[in-house]
Amino acid sequence: MEKTAQYVLGIETSCDETAVAIVKDGKELIANVVASQIESHKRFGGVVPEIASRHHVEQVTMVLEETLNQANMSMDDIDAIAVTEGPGLVGALLVGVNAAKALAFAHQKPLVGVHHIAGHIYANRLEQEFEFPLLSLVVSGGHTELILMEEHGSFDVIGETRDDAAGEAYDKVARTLKLPYPGGPHIDQLAHQGEATIDFPRSWLGEGSFDFSFSGLKSSVINTLHNAKQKGITYKDEDIAASFQASVVDVLATKTYKAAKQYNVNQVIVAGGVAANKGLRERLNDQFSEEEGMSLLIPPLSLCTDNAAMIAAAGSIAYEQGHRAGWDLNGNPSLTLEKYARRSTATN
Amino acid sequence: MNVLAIDTSNQALGVALVRENEVIAEYSTNVKRNHSVQLMPAIDHLMKETNMTPQDLDRIAVANGPGSFTGVRIGLTTAKTLAWSLSIPVVAISSLEVIARNGHFFDGYVCPFFDARRGMVYTSLYASENGDLVPVEDEVNMLLTDWIERVRSYEKPILFLSSQLSIHQPVIKEQLGNQAVCPQDLPVHLPRAGEIAKLAISREPSSVHELTPNYLRLAEAESKWLAAQQEKQKDE
Ligand SMILES: [Zn+2]
Repeated sequence: MEKTAQYVLGIETSCDETAVAIVKDGKELIANVVASQIESHKRFGGVVPEIASRHHVEQVTMVLEETLNQANMSMDDIDAIAVTEGPGLVGALLVGVNAAKALAFAHQKPLVGVHHIAGHIYANRLEQEFEFPLLSLVVSGGHTELILMEEHGSFDVIGETRDDAAGEAYDKVARTLKLPYPGGPHIDQLAHQGEATIDFPRSWLGEGSFDFSFSGLKSSVINTLHNAKQKGITYKDEDIAASFQASVVDVLATKTYKAAKQYNVNQVIVAGGVAANKGLRERLNDQFSEEEGMSLLIPPLSLCTDNAAMIAAAGSIAYEQGHRAGWDLNGNPSLTLEKYARRSTATN
Repeated sequence: MNVLAIDTSNQALGVALVRENEVIAEYSTNVKRNHSVQLMPAIDHLMKETNMTPQDLDRIAVANGPGSFTGVRIGLTTAKTLAWSLSIPVVAISSLEVIARNGHFFDGYVCPFFDARRGMVYTSLYASENGDLVPVEDEVNMLLTDWIERVRSYEKPILFLSSQLSIHQPVIKEQLGNQAVCPQDLPVHLPRAGEIAKLAISREPSSVHELTPNYLRLAEAESKWLAAQQEKQKDE
Protein backbone atom coordinates (compact mmCIF):
# COMPACT_ATOMS: atom_id res chain seq x y z
CA MET A 1 0.00 0.00 0.00
CA GLU A 2 1.30 3.43 -0.89
CA LYS A 3 1.74 5.83 1.96
CA THR A 4 0.16 9.20 1.33
CA ALA A 5 2.00 12.40 2.15
CA GLN A 6 1.87 13.70 5.70
CA TYR A 7 1.43 17.44 6.38
CA VAL A 8 2.22 18.97 9.76
CA LEU A 9 1.45 22.57 10.69
CA GLY A 10 3.92 23.99 13.21
CA ILE A 11 3.55 26.97 15.55
CA GLU A 12 6.45 28.69 17.34
CA THR A 13 6.10 31.62 19.79
CA SER A 14 8.75 30.88 22.42
CA CYS A 15 10.52 34.25 22.18
CA ASP A 16 10.11 37.22 19.85
CA GLU A 17 9.03 35.64 16.56
CA THR A 18 5.44 34.66 15.79
CA ALA A 19 5.90 31.83 13.33
CA VAL A 20 3.78 29.26 11.51
CA ALA A 21 4.86 26.75 8.87
CA ILE A 22 3.71 23.67 7.02
CA VAL A 23 6.10 20.79 6.35
CA LYS A 24 5.51 17.72 4.19
CA ASP A 25 6.76 14.33 5.42
CA GLY A 26 9.05 16.06 7.91
CA LYS A 27 11.48 17.00 5.18
CA GLU A 28 9.92 19.33 2.67
CA LEU A 29 9.09 22.95 3.41
CA ILE A 30 5.68 23.91 1.99
CA ALA A 31 5.09 27.29 3.65
CA ASN A 32 7.01 29.29 6.22
CA VAL A 33 5.90 32.61 7.73
CA VAL A 34 7.77 34.51 10.45
CA ALA A 35 6.52 37.78 11.93
CA SER A 36 9.53 39.25 13.69
CA GLN A 37 9.14 41.68 16.59
CA ILE A 38 12.76 42.72 16.60
CA GLU A 39 11.98 46.34 15.64
CA SER A 40 9.66 46.69 18.63
CA HIS A 41 12.18 45.28 21.13
CA LYS A 42 15.15 47.26 19.78
CA ARG A 43 14.18 50.36 21.78
CA PHE A 44 14.48 48.34 25.02
CA GLY A 45 17.87 46.81 24.11
CA GLY A 46 16.51 43.28 24.45
CA VAL A 47 13.36 41.19 24.39
CA VAL A 48 10.74 42.34 26.93
CA PRO A 49 8.63 39.27 27.78
CA GLU A 50 5.32 41.09 28.34
CA ILE A 51 5.68 42.99 25.08
CA ALA A 52 6.58 39.81 23.20
CA SER A 53 3.42 38.13 24.51
CA ARG A 54 1.31 41.13 23.46
CA HIS A 55 2.65 41.01 19.92
CA HIS A 56 2.06 37.26 19.66
CA VAL A 57 -1.65 37.55 20.47
CA GLU A 58 -1.97 40.42 17.95
CA GLN A 59 -0.26 38.47 15.17
CA VAL A 60 -1.13 34.83 15.61
CA THR A 61 -4.28 34.45 13.47
CA MET A 62 -2.81 36.62 10.71
CA VAL A 63 0.32 34.48 10.54
CA LEU A 64 -1.80 31.30 10.48
CA GLU A 65 -3.86 32.67 7.60
CA GLU A 66 -0.83 33.78 5.62
CA THR A 67 0.76 30.34 6.01
CA LEU A 68 -2.29 28.47 4.71
CA ASN A 69 -2.60 30.97 1.85
CA GLN A 70 1.07 30.55 0.98
CA ALA A 71 0.62 26.78 0.94
CA ASN A 72 -2.69 27.08 -0.88
CA MET A 73 -4.12 24.63 1.65
CA SER A 74 -6.95 24.46 4.16
CA MET A 75 -7.01 22.87 7.61
CA ASP A 76 -8.59 19.77 6.03
CA ASP A 77 -5.24 19.06 4.35
CA ILE A 78 -3.34 19.11 7.65
CA ASP A 79 -2.64 15.82 9.48
CA ALA A 80 -1.38 17.20 12.79
CA ILE A 81 -0.60 20.42 14.66
CA ALA A 82 2.82 20.78 16.32
CA VAL A 83 3.67 23.55 18.76
CA THR A 84 6.68 24.63 20.82
CA GLU A 85 5.80 23.74 24.43
CA GLY A 86 9.15 24.88 25.85
CA PRO A 87 11.64 26.08 26.79
CA GLY A 88 11.13 29.81 26.34
CA LEU A 89 9.30 32.80 27.79
CA VAL A 90 6.22 31.43 29.53
CA GLY A 91 3.79 34.16 28.47
CA ALA A 92 4.99 33.93 24.89
CA LEU A 93 4.80 30.11 24.82
CA LEU A 94 1.22 30.22 26.11
CA VAL A 95 -0.03 32.13 23.07
CA GLY A 96 1.31 29.49 20.68
CA VAL A 97 0.15 26.59 22.84
CA ASN A 98 -3.39 27.93 23.16
CA ALA A 99 -3.62 28.80 19.47
CA ALA A 100 -2.45 25.27 18.62
CA LYS A 101 -5.00 23.71 20.97
CA ALA A 102 -7.84 25.82 19.53
CA LEU A 103 -6.80 24.89 16.00
CA ALA A 104 -6.53 21.19 16.82
CA PHE A 105 -9.84 21.25 18.69
CA ALA A 106 -11.75 23.13 15.97
CA HIS A 107 -10.74 20.53 13.38
CA GLN A 108 -10.32 17.55 15.72
CA LYS A 109 -6.71 17.03 14.64
CA PRO A 110 -3.90 15.41 16.63
CA LEU A 111 -1.79 17.80 18.70
CA VAL A 112 1.96 17.36 19.33
CA GLY A 113 4.19 19.33 21.73
CA VAL A 114 7.74 20.04 20.53
CA HIS A 115 10.90 20.96 22.42
CA HIS A 116 12.36 24.17 20.97
CA ILE A 117 15.89 22.74 20.70
CA ALA A 118 14.65 19.53 19.08
CA GLY A 119 13.14 21.93 16.56
CA HIS A 120 16.45 23.70 15.94
CA ILE A 121 18.09 20.32 15.30
CA TYR A 122 15.34 19.15 12.95
CA ALA A 123 15.61 22.36 10.87
CA ASN A 124 18.56 20.52 9.31
CA ARG A 125 16.36 17.68 8.10
CA LEU A 126 14.67 20.15 5.73
CA GLU A 127 18.06 20.26 3.97
CA GLN A 128 19.37 16.73 4.17
CA GLU A 129 18.29 13.35 5.62
CA PHE A 130 19.83 12.49 8.99
CA GLU A 131 22.51 9.80 9.29
CA PHE A 132 22.73 8.33 12.78
CA PRO A 133 24.51 8.45 15.07
CA LEU A 134 24.78 12.20 14.73
CA LEU A 135 26.15 14.99 16.85
CA SER A 136 24.45 18.36 17.01
CA LEU A 137 26.02 21.58 18.24
CA VAL A 138 23.19 23.85 19.35
CA VAL A 139 24.23 27.49 19.79
CA SER A 140 21.84 30.36 20.38
CA GLY A 141 21.05 33.23 22.71
CA GLY A 142 19.80 30.80 25.33
CA HIS A 143 21.66 27.57 24.52
CA THR A 144 25.09 26.05 24.02
CA GLU A 145 24.78 22.28 23.92
CA LEU A 146 26.27 19.20 22.32
CA ILE A 147 23.59 16.60 21.68
CA LEU A 148 24.10 13.04 20.56
CA MET A 149 21.29 11.36 18.62
CA GLU A 150 21.28 7.58 18.10
CA GLU A 151 17.95 7.62 16.28
CA HIS A 152 14.95 9.87 15.59
CA GLY A 153 13.49 11.37 18.76
CA SER A 154 16.39 10.33 21.02
CA PHE A 155 18.40 13.21 22.49
CA ASP A 156 21.41 12.72 24.73
CA VAL A 157 22.94 15.94 26.07
CA ILE A 158 26.67 15.22 26.35
CA GLY A 159 27.75 18.81 27.00
CA GLU A 160 26.13 22.08 27.96
CA THR A 161 27.02 25.54 29.19
CA ARG A 162 27.67 25.98 32.90
CA ASP A 163 26.94 29.70 32.81
CA ASP A 164 26.25 31.95 29.81
CA ALA A 165 25.10 30.70 26.45
CA ALA A 166 27.39 31.62 23.53
CA GLY A 167 24.77 34.01 22.14
CA GLU A 168 24.44 35.66 25.55
CA ALA A 169 28.20 36.30 25.67
CA TYR A 170 27.98 37.85 22.20
CA ASP A 171 25.17 40.16 23.30
CA LYS A 172 27.02 41.24 26.45
CA VAL A 173 30.28 41.98 24.64
CA ALA A 174 28.30 43.81 21.96
CA ARG A 175 26.73 45.98 24.66
CA THR A 176 30.19 46.74 26.08
CA LEU A 177 31.29 47.84 22.61
CA LYS A 178 28.05 49.90 22.39
CA LEU A 179 26.87 48.01 19.30
CA PRO A 180 23.14 48.02 18.55
CA TYR A 181 20.85 45.14 19.58
CA PRO A 182 20.99 42.29 18.64
CA GLY A 183 24.74 42.34 19.00
CA GLY A 184 25.82 38.93 17.65
CA PRO A 185 25.71 39.72 13.92
CA HIS A 186 27.50 43.05 14.52
CA ILE A 187 30.39 41.35 16.32
CA ASP A 188 30.63 38.78 13.54
CA GLN A 189 30.81 41.59 10.99
CA LEU A 190 33.43 43.59 12.95
CA ALA A 191 35.46 40.44 13.57
CA HIS A 192 35.91 39.99 9.84
CA GLN A 193 37.40 43.48 9.54
CA GLY A 194 39.80 43.05 12.46
CA GLU A 195 42.57 40.76 13.66
CA ALA A 196 42.67 38.52 16.71
CA THR A 197 45.54 40.40 18.35
CA ILE A 198 44.47 39.89 21.95
CA ASP A 199 44.79 36.45 23.51
CA PHE A 200 41.50 36.04 25.39
CA PRO A 201 41.15 32.93 27.57
CA ARG A 202 39.61 29.70 26.30
CA SER A 203 37.73 27.75 28.89
CA TRP A 204 38.24 23.99 28.38
CA LEU A 205 36.88 22.84 31.77
CA GLY A 206 39.25 19.91 32.07
CA GLU A 207 40.24 16.99 29.87
CA GLY A 208 37.33 15.14 28.32
CA SER A 209 34.64 17.60 29.33
CA PHE A 210 32.18 18.66 26.64
CA ASP A 211 30.68 21.38 28.82
CA PHE A 212 31.10 25.06 28.03
CA SER A 213 31.67 28.25 30.01
CA PHE A 214 31.70 31.76 28.55
CA SER A 215 31.33 34.01 31.59
CA GLY A 216 35.12 34.16 32.18
CA LEU A 217 35.71 35.20 28.59
CA LYS A 218 33.07 37.90 28.83
CA SER A 219 34.65 39.30 32.05
CA SER A 220 38.09 39.17 30.47
CA VAL A 221 36.90 41.29 27.54
CA ILE A 222 35.33 43.83 29.90
CA ASN A 223 38.44 43.94 32.14
CA THR A 224 40.80 44.30 29.19
CA LEU A 225 38.82 47.29 27.91
CA HIS A 226 38.69 48.80 31.39
CA ASN A 227 42.45 48.42 32.01
CA ALA A 228 43.30 49.74 28.57
CA LYS A 229 41.23 52.84 29.22
CA GLN A 230 43.10 53.50 32.50
CA LYS A 231 46.47 53.11 30.83
CA GLY A 232 45.38 55.28 27.93
CA ILE A 233 45.71 52.43 25.42
CA THR A 234 43.05 52.08 22.75
CA TYR A 235 42.13 48.89 20.95
CA LYS A 236 40.27 48.86 17.70
CA ASP A 237 36.71 47.53 18.19
CA GLU A 238 37.35 45.32 15.17
CA ASP A 239 40.31 43.65 16.92
CA ILE A 240 38.38 43.16 20.16
CA ALA A 241 35.55 41.55 18.19
CA ALA A 242 37.95 39.36 16.23
CA SER A 243 39.82 38.25 19.37
CA PHE A 244 36.60 37.51 21.26
CA GLN A 245 35.12 35.61 18.34
CA ALA A 246 38.35 33.62 17.88
CA SER A 247 38.09 32.41 21.47
CA VAL A 248 34.39 31.43 21.24
CA VAL A 249 34.76 29.73 17.87
CA ASP A 250 37.92 27.89 18.93
CA VAL A 251 36.20 26.35 21.96
CA LEU A 252 32.99 25.48 20.09
CA ALA A 253 34.74 23.92 17.11
CA THR A 254 37.39 22.03 19.12
CA LYS A 255 34.87 20.48 21.51
CA THR A 256 32.51 19.58 18.68
CA TYR A 257 35.37 17.90 16.82
CA LYS A 258 36.54 15.94 19.87
CA ALA A 259 33.01 14.78 20.66
CA ALA A 260 32.39 13.77 17.05
CA LYS A 261 35.57 11.64 17.11
CA GLN A 262 34.87 10.11 20.52
CA TYR A 263 31.32 9.05 19.61
CA ASN A 264 32.31 8.15 16.07
CA VAL A 265 29.31 9.87 14.50
CA ASN A 266 28.31 9.87 10.84
CA GLN A 267 27.04 13.40 10.77
CA VAL A 268 27.69 16.68 12.57
CA ILE A 269 24.96 19.29 12.44
CA VAL A 270 24.90 22.84 13.69
CA ALA A 271 21.69 24.45 14.92
CA GLY A 272 20.44 27.65 16.52
CA GLY A 273 20.80 31.38 15.92
CA VAL A 274 24.59 31.45 16.35
CA ALA A 275 24.85 28.89 13.52
CA ALA A 276 24.38 31.96 11.31
CA ASN A 277 27.77 33.25 12.52
CA LYS A 278 30.20 33.40 9.59
CA GLY A 279 33.28 32.87 11.75
CA LEU A 280 31.82 29.68 13.23
CA ARG A 281 30.67 28.35 9.86
CA GLU A 282 34.11 28.89 8.30
CA ARG A 283 35.99 27.30 11.19
CA LEU A 284 33.74 24.22 11.30
CA ASN A 285 33.99 23.80 7.55
CA ASP A 286 37.81 23.83 7.86
CA GLN A 287 37.74 21.46 10.83
CA PHE A 288 35.58 18.81 9.18
CA SER A 289 36.56 19.17 5.50
CA GLU A 290 39.21 16.45 5.75
CA GLU A 291 37.13 14.01 7.80
CA GLU A 292 36.23 10.86 5.94
CA GLY A 293 32.76 9.47 6.59
CA MET A 294 31.67 12.41 8.67
CA SER A 295 29.48 14.98 6.96
CA LEU A 296 28.96 18.50 8.29
CA LEU A 297 25.55 20.06 7.90
CA ILE A 298 24.87 23.74 8.55
CA PRO A 299 21.37 25.03 7.78
CA PRO A 300 20.78 28.07 5.57
CA LEU A 301 20.57 31.37 7.47
CA SER A 302 16.76 31.48 7.23
CA LEU A 303 16.47 28.24 9.21
CA CYS A 304 19.05 29.15 11.89
CA THR A 305 16.91 31.76 13.64
CA ASP A 306 13.61 30.83 15.28
CA ASN A 307 10.97 29.62 12.85
CA ALA A 308 8.08 27.17 12.81
CA ALA A 309 9.33 25.00 9.96
CA MET A 310 11.73 23.42 12.43
CA ILE A 311 8.85 22.81 14.88
CA ALA A 312 6.76 21.19 12.15
CA ALA A 313 9.76 19.07 11.09
CA ALA A 314 10.43 17.84 14.64
CA GLY A 315 6.68 17.51 15.25
CA SER A 316 6.36 15.32 12.19
CA ILE A 317 8.69 12.70 13.70
CA ALA A 318 7.01 12.97 17.12
CA TYR A 319 3.62 12.48 15.43
CA GLU A 320 4.90 9.45 13.51
CA GLN A 321 6.30 8.00 16.73
CA GLY A 322 2.87 8.26 18.36
CA HIS A 323 3.36 11.23 20.65
CA ARG A 324 0.14 13.13 21.36
CA ALA A 325 -0.50 16.08 23.64
CA GLY A 326 -3.77 16.34 25.55
CA TRP A 327 -6.10 19.35 25.74
CA ASP A 328 -4.33 20.19 28.99
CA LEU A 329 -1.02 20.90 27.18
CA ASN A 330 0.73 23.79 28.93
CA GLY A 331 3.66 26.07 28.17
CA ASN A 332 6.74 24.73 29.96
CA PRO A 333 9.41 27.48 30.19
CA SER A 334 12.12 25.19 31.59
CA LEU A 335 11.40 21.96 29.72
CA THR A 336 14.60 19.93 29.39
CA LEU A 337 15.48 17.89 26.33
CA GLU A 338 15.90 14.76 28.48
CA LYS A 339 12.43 15.13 29.95
CA TYR A 340 11.01 15.76 26.50
CA ALA A 341 12.72 12.66 25.07
CA ARG A 342 11.40 10.52 27.93
CA ARG A 343 7.76 11.63 27.59
CA SER A 344 5.19 8.92 27.14
CA THR A 345 3.24 8.23 23.99
CA ALA A 346 -0.19 8.55 25.65
CA THR A 347 -2.98 9.62 23.34
CA ASN A 348 -5.67 12.20 23.97
CA MET B 1 -27.61 30.45 17.24
CA ASN B 2 -25.04 28.46 19.27
CA VAL B 3 -22.59 30.60 21.21
CA LEU B 4 -19.51 29.41 23.06
CA ALA B 5 -18.39 31.86 25.75
CA ILE B 6 -14.92 31.89 27.31
CA ASP B 7 -13.59 33.81 30.31
CA THR B 8 -10.07 33.33 31.67
CA SER B 9 -9.41 37.01 32.30
CA ASN B 10 -9.22 36.79 36.10
CA GLN B 11 -8.91 34.07 38.75
CA ALA B 12 -12.31 32.57 37.96
CA LEU B 13 -12.51 30.49 34.80
CA GLY B 14 -15.81 30.27 32.95
CA VAL B 15 -17.08 28.49 29.85
CA ALA B 16 -20.69 28.44 28.68
CA LEU B 17 -22.78 27.26 25.76
CA VAL B 18 -25.88 29.25 24.92
CA ARG B 19 -28.48 28.17 22.36
CA GLU B 20 -30.83 30.98 21.29
CA ASN B 21 -31.81 32.37 24.67
CA GLU B 22 -31.05 29.37 26.78
CA VAL B 23 -27.91 28.54 28.72
CA ILE B 24 -27.49 24.86 27.90
CA ALA B 25 -24.22 24.36 29.77
CA GLU B 26 -22.03 26.41 32.05
CA TYR B 27 -18.80 25.54 33.85
CA SER B 28 -16.87 27.61 36.30
CA THR B 29 -14.01 27.29 38.74
CA ASN B 30 -12.53 29.84 41.10
CA VAL B 31 -9.20 28.42 42.17
CA LYS B 32 -5.61 29.56 41.65
CA ARG B 33 -4.80 27.19 38.81
CA ASN B 34 -3.38 27.54 35.36
CA HIS B 35 -6.09 28.60 32.90
CA SER B 36 -4.01 27.25 30.03
CA VAL B 37 -4.29 23.76 31.52
CA GLN B 38 -7.98 24.04 32.41
CA LEU B 39 -9.59 25.86 29.51
CA MET B 40 -9.60 23.42 26.59
CA PRO B 41 -10.54 20.39 28.72
CA ALA B 42 -13.48 22.47 30.03
CA ILE B 43 -14.60 23.36 26.51
CA ASP B 44 -14.21 19.74 25.41
CA HIS B 45 -16.26 18.58 28.40
CA LEU B 46 -19.15 20.99 27.76
CA MET B 47 -19.28 20.18 24.06
CA LYS B 48 -19.42 16.45 24.80
CA GLU B 49 -22.09 16.90 27.51
CA THR B 50 -24.30 18.81 25.09
CA ASN B 51 -23.57 16.58 22.11
CA MET B 52 -22.10 19.37 20.06
CA THR B 53 -19.19 19.48 17.64
CA PRO B 54 -17.08 22.56 16.90
CA GLN B 55 -18.86 22.83 13.54
CA ASP B 56 -22.17 23.43 15.38
CA LEU B 57 -20.86 26.71 16.80
CA ASP B 58 -22.09 29.95 15.26
CA ARG B 59 -20.29 32.48 17.38
CA ILE B 60 -17.49 32.75 19.95
CA ALA B 61 -17.78 35.20 22.85
CA VAL B 62 -14.83 36.13 25.02
CA ALA B 63 -14.13 38.31 28.04
CA ASN B 64 -11.26 40.47 26.79
CA GLY B 65 -10.14 42.14 30.00
CA PRO B 66 -9.17 44.00 32.00
CA GLY B 67 -7.60 41.37 34.22
CA SER B 68 -4.48 39.25 34.44
CA PHE B 69 -2.41 39.96 31.31
CA THR B 70 -1.60 36.29 30.78
CA GLY B 71 -5.13 35.15 31.63
CA VAL B 72 -6.71 37.56 29.16
CA ARG B 73 -4.33 36.35 26.44
CA ILE B 74 -5.14 32.68 27.02
CA GLY B 75 -8.87 33.32 26.53
CA LEU B 76 -8.41 35.71 23.63
CA THR B 77 -5.92 33.52 21.76
CA THR B 78 -8.26 30.55 22.11
CA ALA B 79 -11.31 32.58 21.05
CA LYS B 80 -9.58 34.25 18.09
CA THR B 81 -8.11 31.00 16.79
CA LEU B 82 -11.39 29.08 17.16
CA ALA B 83 -13.33 31.86 15.41
CA TRP B 84 -10.78 32.26 12.64
CA SER B 85 -10.41 28.57 11.88
CA LEU B 86 -14.17 27.87 12.04
CA SER B 87 -14.90 31.04 10.01
CA ILE B 88 -17.41 32.33 12.57
CA PRO B 89 -17.64 35.75 14.28
CA VAL B 90 -15.95 36.55 17.58
CA VAL B 91 -17.45 39.05 20.01
CA ALA B 92 -15.42 40.64 22.80
CA ILE B 93 -17.15 41.59 26.05
CA SER B 94 -15.55 43.66 28.80
CA SER B 95 -14.66 41.60 31.86
CA LEU B 96 -16.00 44.48 33.97
CA GLU B 97 -19.35 44.43 32.22
CA VAL B 98 -19.64 40.69 32.86
CA ILE B 99 -19.42 41.24 36.63
CA ALA B 100 -21.69 44.29 36.43
CA ARG B 101 -24.41 42.08 34.91
CA ASN B 102 -24.77 40.42 38.31
CA GLY B 103 -26.21 43.73 39.58
CA HIS B 104 -28.59 44.51 36.75
CA PHE B 105 -31.67 44.33 39.00
CA PHE B 106 -30.19 46.86 41.39
CA ASP B 107 -31.80 50.31 41.45
CA GLY B 108 -28.98 52.85 41.18
CA TYR B 109 -25.42 52.46 39.92
CA VAL B 110 -23.23 49.37 39.62
CA CYS B 111 -19.47 49.59 40.08
CA PRO B 112 -17.56 46.43 39.09
CA PHE B 113 -13.82 46.40 39.82
CA PHE B 114 -10.72 44.22 39.86
CA ASP B 115 -7.79 44.79 42.18
CA ALA B 116 -4.80 46.14 40.20
CA ARG B 117 -2.36 46.26 43.16
CA ARG B 118 -0.83 49.20 45.07
CA GLY B 119 -4.26 50.69 45.81
CA MET B 120 -5.16 50.71 42.11
CA VAL B 121 -8.26 49.17 40.53
CA TYR B 122 -9.57 48.44 37.05
CA THR B 123 -13.10 49.75 37.19
CA SER B 124 -16.08 51.41 35.50
CA LEU B 125 -19.60 52.56 36.37
CA TYR B 126 -23.00 51.52 35.02
CA ALA B 127 -26.45 53.03 35.58
CA SER B 128 -28.90 50.26 36.37
CA GLU B 129 -32.43 50.93 35.12
CA ASN B 130 -35.30 48.48 34.66
CA GLY B 131 -32.98 45.52 34.40
CA ASP B 132 -30.71 47.24 31.85
CA LEU B 133 -27.14 48.44 32.37
CA VAL B 134 -25.87 51.60 30.69
CA PRO B 135 -22.19 52.60 31.00
CA VAL B 136 -21.78 56.10 32.42
CA GLU B 137 -17.99 56.19 32.88
CA ASP B 138 -15.09 54.95 30.75
CA GLU B 139 -13.14 51.96 32.00
CA VAL B 140 -10.11 53.15 33.95
CA ASN B 141 -7.07 51.96 35.85
CA MET B 142 -6.68 54.32 38.80
CA LEU B 143 -6.34 54.68 42.57
CA LEU B 144 -9.49 53.43 44.27
CA THR B 145 -9.59 56.49 46.54
CA ASP B 146 -9.50 58.85 43.51
CA TRP B 147 -12.17 56.78 41.78
CA ILE B 148 -14.48 56.98 44.77
CA GLU B 149 -14.12 60.77 44.81
CA ARG B 150 -15.21 60.79 41.19
CA VAL B 151 -18.31 58.59 41.60
CA ARG B 152 -19.62 60.16 44.82
CA SER B 153 -21.28 62.89 42.69
CA TYR B 154 -23.74 60.31 41.33
CA GLU B 155 -26.50 60.90 43.86
CA LYS B 156 -27.84 57.36 44.10
CA PRO B 157 -26.70 54.17 45.84
CA ILE B 158 -23.72 52.42 44.23
CA LEU B 159 -23.48 48.63 44.25
CA PHE B 160 -19.86 47.43 44.41
CA LEU B 161 -19.14 44.08 42.78
CA SER B 162 -15.74 42.43 42.99
CA SER B 163 -14.33 39.16 44.26
CA GLN B 164 -11.72 41.34 46.02
CA LEU B 165 -14.36 43.54 47.67
CA SER B 166 -13.49 42.48 51.21
CA ILE B 167 -9.97 43.98 50.88
CA HIS B 168 -11.26 47.35 49.73
CA GLN B 169 -14.57 47.60 51.58
CA PRO B 170 -13.22 49.60 54.57
CA VAL B 171 -11.91 52.35 52.25
CA ILE B 172 -15.11 52.41 50.19
CA LYS B 173 -17.35 52.59 53.29
CA GLU B 174 -15.19 55.27 54.88
CA GLN B 175 -15.42 57.55 51.85
CA LEU B 176 -18.99 56.84 50.71
CA GLY B 177 -20.83 55.79 53.88
CA ASN B 178 -24.35 54.56 53.14
CA GLN B 179 -24.16 55.44 49.45
CA ALA B 180 -22.01 52.31 49.03
CA VAL B 181 -23.78 48.96 48.91
CA CYS B 182 -21.40 46.07 49.58
CA PRO B 183 -23.14 42.69 49.40
CA GLN B 184 -21.59 39.90 51.40
CA ASP B 185 -22.92 36.90 49.48
CA LEU B 186 -20.13 35.51 47.35
CA PRO B 187 -21.74 34.29 44.09
CA VAL B 188 -22.82 37.83 43.14
CA HIS B 189 -19.13 38.78 42.82
CA LEU B 190 -18.21 36.01 40.38
CA PRO B 191 -18.48 36.38 36.60
CA ARG B 192 -20.95 34.15 34.72
CA ALA B 193 -19.87 32.91 31.32
CA GLY B 194 -23.56 32.54 30.42
CA GLU B 195 -23.88 36.34 30.65
CA ILE B 196 -20.99 36.75 28.20
CA ALA B 197 -22.69 34.49 25.66
CA LYS B 198 -26.02 36.27 26.11
CA LEU B 199 -24.49 39.74 25.65
CA ALA B 200 -22.57 38.52 22.59
CA ILE B 201 -25.72 37.50 20.72
CA SER B 202 -26.76 41.11 20.18
CA ARG B 203 -23.31 42.73 19.94
CA GLU B 204 -21.25 43.60 16.86
CA PRO B 205 -18.48 41.08 16.17
CA SER B 206 -14.85 42.23 16.05
CA SER B 207 -12.45 41.71 13.19
CA VAL B 208 -10.74 38.51 14.30
CA HIS B 209 -7.24 39.62 13.26
CA GLU B 210 -7.58 43.02 14.90
CA LEU B 211 -9.09 41.87 18.19
CA THR B 212 -6.63 42.59 21.03
CA PRO B 213 -6.92 42.39 24.81
CA ASN B 214 -8.20 45.37 26.72
CA TYR B 215 -5.29 45.54 29.18
CA LEU B 216 -6.13 49.08 30.40
CA ARG B 217 -2.46 49.34 31.26
CA LEU B 218 0.77 49.56 29.30
CA ALA B 219 3.49 46.99 29.79
CA GLU B 220 5.84 48.33 32.47
CA ALA B 221 8.79 48.56 30.07
CA GLU B 222 6.64 50.52 27.65
CA SER B 223 5.50 53.12 30.19
CA LYS B 224 9.08 53.56 31.44
CA TRP B 225 10.26 53.98 27.87
CA LEU B 226 7.56 56.58 27.16
CA ALA B 227 8.46 58.48 30.34
CA ALA B 228 12.13 58.49 29.28
CA GLN B 229 11.16 59.80 25.82
CA GLN B 230 9.19 62.63 27.44
CA GLU B 231 12.15 63.50 29.67
CA LYS B 232 14.38 63.65 26.62
CA GLN B 233 11.99 65.98 24.81
CA LYS B 234 11.93 68.29 27.81
CA ASP B 235 15.74 68.45 27.85
CA GLU B 236 15.94 69.35 24.18
ZN1 LIG C 1 15.75 29.31 19.22
